[in-house]
Amino acid sequence: MTAWDFHTIIVGSGPAGSTVADELTRAGRSVVIFERGHNHLIDPAHPDDLMQVFSNDELKYTERHFLGPDPWLEPRTFRQSEADGDRLHIGDVNNLPATVGGGGVHADGKLPRLREDDFRVLSELGPIAGATVADWPLTYDDLEPHYATAERLIGVAGLAGANPFAPWRSSPYPMPPGPPMYAALLTSKAAERLGYHPYPAPTGANSVPYDGRPACNNCGFCANFGCPIHAKGDPVAMLRRALLTGRAELRADAFVSRILVQDGRATGVEWIDRDGQTHQELSDDVVVAAGAMETPRLLLLSGFTNENIGRNLMFHMQTYVLGEVPFRVHGHIGRSVTHAHDDHIIVDGPARKAAQAAGLPWIKGGFVEHASPAHVIAEAKLYPWGREHRRLMRDSPMRDRLIGFCMQGEDLPQATNRVDLDPSVRDVRGVPVARTTYRVHRHEIVASEHHGAGLRSIVQETGADRIFSATSPVTGELATIIDSEASKVPISRHVAGTARMGRDPKTSVCDEWGRLWEAPNVLVADSSLFPTISGYGPTLTLVALAIRNVRAFLGRQGEVKA
Amino acid sequence: MTSAESGDATRFLSLAQRRILAAACARLVPADDYGPGAVEAGAVDYIEGLLGAFLVYPPRIWAGGPFSGRFGGEASFASFHRLTAVEELAWRTRIEGSKGIAERERLGPVAGLQERYTEGLAALGDDFPALPPEDQDHRLRSAGSFLDLLYQHVCEGLYGAPEYGGNRDLAGWRSIGYLGDVQPRGYPDEEVSGP
Repeated sequence: MTAWDFHTIIVGSGPAGSTVADELTRAGRSVVIFERGHNHLIDPAHPDDLMQVFSNDELKYTERHFLGPDPWLEPRTFRQSEADGDRLHIGDVNNLPATVGGGGVHADGKLPRLREDDFRVLSELGPIAGATVADWPLTYDDLEPHYATAERLIGVAGLAGANPFAPWRSSPYPMPPGPPMYAALLTSKAAERLGYHPYPAPTGANSVPYDGRPACNNCGFCANFGCPIHAKGDPVAMLRRALLTGRAELRADAFVSRILVQDGRATGVEWIDRDGQTHQELSDDVVVAAGAMETPRLLLLSGFTNENIGRNLMFHMQTYVLGEVPFRVHGHIGRSVTHAHDDHIIVDGPARKAAQAAGLPWIKGGFVEHASPAHVIAEAKLYPWGREHRRLMRDSPMRDRLIGFCMQGEDLPQATNRVDLDPSVRDVRGVPVARTTYRVHRHEIVASEHHGAGLRSIVQETGADRIFSATSPVTGELATIIDSEASKVPISRHVAGTARMGRDPKTSVCDEWGRLWEAPNVLVADSSLFPTISGYGPTLTLVALAIRNVRAFLGRQGEVKA
Repeated sequence: MTSAESGDATRFLSLAQRRILAAACARLVPADDYGPGAVEAGAVDYIEGLLGAFLVYPPRIWAGGPFSGRFGGEASFASFHRLTAVEELAWRTRIEGSKGIAERERLGPVAGLQERYTEGLAALGDDFPALPPEDQDHRLRSAGSFLDLLYQHVCEGLYGAPEYGGNRDLAGWRSIGYLGDVQPRGYPDEEVSGP
């Protein structure tokens, strides 16, 4: 008789945890997946019948945190530096969903790969003062087969060859792109006229029926909403496969508060149920896939002492450039974003010149999403009250006549940007919450200004008559006008770096296969591992990396390298 | 008779408070030649629905899913979700305030929406509905953070799903040519890509 019920405990049911569950169960291992939030996604007893709960309801998702975490029950805290004291802000800091499916549920499913260069930023571009830029302990070529697997699993719609800056790929996308949105066609044409290279954004929403799920029907409630018809494959596809093996248990409303460790090995976890009762679950090993905020929190709550835990926290520096056009573009019809361009990721002559003028060796921008706002309550709140309100809502200059871009700018790792445990703020269970200490590096500000100017020229080219820009976190002149504490918190939902993987325990938290240096039967399997974040959304990469690392964890490194 | 005049037992505000609220909403988003204002579109009912969310069960916090029935499928928005004990704690704290109850003051005392409305409407004054419009606007501009709160809720009441009590007869959406939730029908591909 064994002392445990499951070989492996997986903490987190998002894209990473679901992928690990799929890989482990297919290798014959039994797993239990702990998820602190509710299950609105998949009935474990009937994994083929996906649950029907998600809805097109702006109030429920945007205003009332249906996907959790409720920022009062499970707050995080924020400060820019130690000089701010214990904290500036309590509440919403990077509130990715706490629900079965994790960040995959709310995402609009843009799933780009990183480029070859993104895995060796230090070697290719060199160090930058004040940043801990590093190479990844693997190359793009190592990860390529796993990218291909991840795209097939999730079901990514895209067009191979359409992006001249894309890395090489061994196979086409599993689906063609979905219908292009009208606004994106306009901005793409303008971008092309100026020599940029827009392409259909790789998207994890079905363009045709795929894997037993229907094609997306363009309802417009993509980013921040669960999909009512399950046209988004991330991470439904992996979770369903894992549950169908009969070797996976999904335990929702179950918060893991501590990894139990004995003589340098994890023996299980302590967890708290929805009624606040504490339990123990034992296992052979533990996989931590709680996201780049909650993963370091759990490692610190568990008493791990590696000085690097929680450090090198990265977001994306978001740069918005938007223009008002004299006609309607209906951004509420379609899958949020259908086009992108990568030109601003390339360190070209003008980018080097702009960097040097600012005393930096180089700057990198990021993936540019061609986007138009979709939601009407958010729009209404932008307008003043009074007689003008109705006229503005009808004319819709801030939604239905707005086109432009959001650039997901690469954020450099800095040792002082970190997640640690707040010294006194507790969640509703009484557990110390994650505190973020974060401020952007000058690199991000210079890159945002340089590439923002390029984006402005494209918006001008569309014929827009009023153009404006903003960044998050708020910087520059705007920061002197908008000086609220919340405006200092990055609104980017992309986070990484807080359990960095590497070859030296002095500078990393996990080894080159994602295993915790302090307890090698603990595998970290989310974007916490990323040494650098790149200018791309992290999801596809963290799924591919989880596949690579969990196969190595199973003792199948040979297969990984083959 | 509108519900603002009715004196319904499942509502939190008194008749006098509702009159002040309705007069304030009418100034924040007045009707014009092309469509209804906040009052006609049910913003007062929306706010009452939120303040009195726990006067009904399940509370009016999260509408159900997946479909409203407006574009096919079985209508399920009107079946509100049940809350767990801690979710009820969070929403009661938000709506009713912390009132010195220890478990509601984990992050410090919370002024509830009910209290903020009671005080905010009292500050506008019993004579508010009878004032000339410019005087009403002056009092609203002096209302500080209550004005911000009220305006946020008016926007939600105008353009949120009607199951939450506002957007009466879809007046908010219709007036801006917006269909709202369209699942399971969705939009045809031509409408995505065409002008």
